[in-house]
Amino acid sequence: MKLSFFKAAAVAGLASIVAFSPVTQAGGHGGKIDNIHFLIPGGAGGGWDGTARGTGDALTRSGLIKNASYENMSGGGGGKAIGYLIENAKSNSGTLMVNSTPIVIRSLTKVFPQSFRDLTPIAGTIGDYAALVVKADSNIKSFKDLVKIYEKDPNELAIAGGSVAGGMDHLVAALAMKSAGADPLSVKYLPFDAGGEAMASLLSGEADALSTGLSEAVGLAEQGEVRILVTTAPKAIDGIPSLKSEGYDAEFVNWRGFFAAPGISADQKAKYVKVLGDMYKTKEWEEVRAQNKWVNIYQPGDDFIKFLEKQEAEIGGLMKELGFL
Amino acid sequence: MIDGLLMGLGAAISPFNLMMVFIGCFLGTFIGMLPGLGPMSIIAIMIPIAIQLGDPASALILLSGVYYGAIFGGSTSSILINAPGVAGTVASSFDGYPLARAGQAGKALTIAALCSFAGGTVGALLLMIFAPVLSTVAKLFWSAEYFALMVLGLTAIAAFAGKGKIIKAMCMTVFGVMLATVGESALHNAARFTMGIMDLQSGIYFVTLVMGLFALPEAIFLILDKSRSKAMANNNKIENLRISKEEAKEIAPVIARQSLLGFFVGVLPGAGATMASFLGYGIERNLAPAGEREKFGKGSIRGLAAPETANNAACTGSFVPMLTLGIPGSGTTAILLGALVALSITPGPRLMEDQPEVFWAVIISMYLGNLVLLILNLPLIPYIAKLLTVPRHYLIPFVIFFSLIGAYIGQNNATELLIMIGLGCMATILRFGGFPLPPLIIGFILGGMLEDNLGRAMRKAGGMEFMWERPMTLAILALALVLLVYPIWRDRTKKQSD
Repeated sequence: MKLSFFKAAAVAGLASIVAFSPVTQAGGHGGKIDNIHFLIPGGAGGGWDGTARGTGDALTRSGLIKNASYENMSGGGGGKAIGYLIENAKSNSGTLMVNSTPIVIRSLTKVFPQSFRDLTPIAGTIGDYAALVVKADSNIKSFKDLVKIYEKDPNELAIAGGSVAGGMDHLVAALAMKSAGADPLSVKYLPFDAGGEAMASLLSGEADALSTGLSEAVGLAEQGEVRILVTTAPKAIDGIPSLKSEGYDAEFVNWRGFFAAPGISADQKAKYVKVLGDMYKTKEWEEVRAQNKWVNIYQPGDDFIKFLEKQEAEIGGLMKELGFL
Repeated sequence: MIDGLLMGLGAAISPFNLMMVFIGCFLGTFIGMLPGLGPMSIIAIMIPIAIQLGDPASALILLSGVYYGAIFGGSTSSILINAPGVAGTVASSFDGYPLARAGQAGKALTIAALCSFAGGTVGALLLMIFAPVLSTVAKLFWSAEYFALMVLGLTAIAAFAGKGKIIKAMCMTVFGVMLATVGESALHNAARFTMGIMDLQSGIYFVTLVMGLFALPEAIFLILDKSRSKAMANNNKIENLRISKEEAKEIAPVIARQSLLGFFVGVLPGAGATMASFLGYGIERNLAPAGEREKFGKGSIRGLAAPETANNAACTGSFVPMLTLGIPGSGTTAILLGALVALSITPGPRLMEDQPEVFWAVIISMYLGNLVLLILNLPLIPYIAKLLTVPRHYLIPFVIFFSLIGAYIGQNNATELLIMIGLGCMATILRFGGFPLPPLIIGFILGGMLEDNLGRAMRKAGGMEFMWERPMTLAILALALVLLVYPIWRDRTKKQSD
């Protein structure tokens, strides 16, 4: 009996930690924000989760805010949390939702009916460039070689990625081919559940190339297993050429950033923008950033909106061309 | 190698690290008992604490303790209340729960603990000796082979196709595969069968389905069938841990086979503990003598030993691609990989040379984790098993509460509760109709992977040619056919000779 009580208590205790994180009200006394409640549209352990918790951790430890609380709300590929934040906007002025490039893609494909315009974009904070990768012993030595094979027979070039067909990794591969003047439609894309499985497919020889995040590829490239052909950065990084640096007109960054509820006051918005901006100067953020190998990209307020609009136009155009819209 | 081993040993057995392994195992076991909180979410919660420790060896020791503890804890809820919290322990409930219901909960938990220990330890040994070689195995498999492997895994459903139930078992399998198609399709970028409900966009959540399918109808049947639960409560063998010599002899070869098989399946990225446990279950059933085979699904100790050994061995195996290639083969190892990177360790082919003390500390911590888990849990088993002697009017609400929490906690989504109750009603009706439910869950779990791998294999080969283009695909498919046909043929010839 005693034991079952203990277990019941453990269940209840855990449930309260994991599930019922209190919805804190916006602080905002004396021009500063005291508390931020982070809404995470996916489960514990994912990329969104890590970004929100890392950011909250840096903000509280550096003393920029007093408290950070977190709430995981999975469902609908992120749509559940977006819907929740819009419906309950009034009681959520103290909430920041973390999100990333898929919010743009999934609102285009109508996975959820809303888009970033229905929220208050605060800032893009970190990013990761995409990369095209081959096995270290592959006879494809450069992006040019890759395009050559592709143009000869697209069926001879299976490209793996860690997202669904029409998802980010697929779009990046198509974008690169398009920038080289090849037909983006006939990319033979093999979708995997996760980047790791896609990487295994590359190493097994099933896939001839891999479209993935640069940070994921760098580790394996350092170990001498794969070769990074090209990235989608604006310029070459550490000797790795980018599409731009090779003379192709294509750029892509998978950003992560924060959104507030619609209709918050301009004052409140400015405070959020400022506190995230101030964060970059703290050593606590630098620790978190270095630990996770994130790349800083600070796009505050209106810059962020402009960036999102541009990305939406680019991706939307490409998806239409590919027949996904 | 000996130097590295000693270094790892030295790092692992400091008093502080021993305390970490103890804390990790204890926390993991207790949290793992909650359905819905699998090793993945527990490790994610523990990572910030582990990173604060600073020392990579301590952090890894803590996390691997949590990992093994969680898997062991998951088996406990499968066996005692038919509520498997993670896919890897579903197969343990097939025979573990009937055993517990027959008043042998203590024995079932002991077998689970011993098999987990054996699987984990043999796995760690194999990892130690073969890790560098095995990295090539992980690079052999294409989607075509994974597809063949899933087909092989589906042969496990034969265990539930007993007398006159073949059609029913097949119906349930197909139904399971159909449920797996709900949600976004990776191959076609389209949402299917969501009926416009946003909560179905990512498909039916595994824990919700299992709780609705197993735990909830079980509670209802406990209410309806008074005699059974009384028999369960009055049975004084419940706390008896003893395994007879004959039983030990019976499961020893199962453990030997399944720790090997489980480990190798675990090495394949993406296959993991779930595949290993279903494969192990199916294979052991086909290898069992005719009389024993009948017992599968009704409380066979072989049927419990096989998945329990295989899933733990597979967990250890899943470290191979992570440590030697830097590729996470499962959600859990992906999170562990993140923790390693945060501790400034880059797993990959050079890890063993560059940071041997870390490599060996991981392996030593696995031994320790498994050992501490056994020492910690064996004395606790009588008390845990006693849970079943709790009077019905306490136990049943507890089971229902437990399963509702399980369905809610993983997704933090109240709609899951509605979906679960709906599935629970459906499952209760199916049980009244005599439909076996395990094939449904096997179809569901393997169905999604089956479809994705089939789609990729077809896309790669440009058609169905993939089935015979590579010898390995053909070999695995042929094996699946043999496994299906051989028992039937054996029974036929036996009958004729009688």
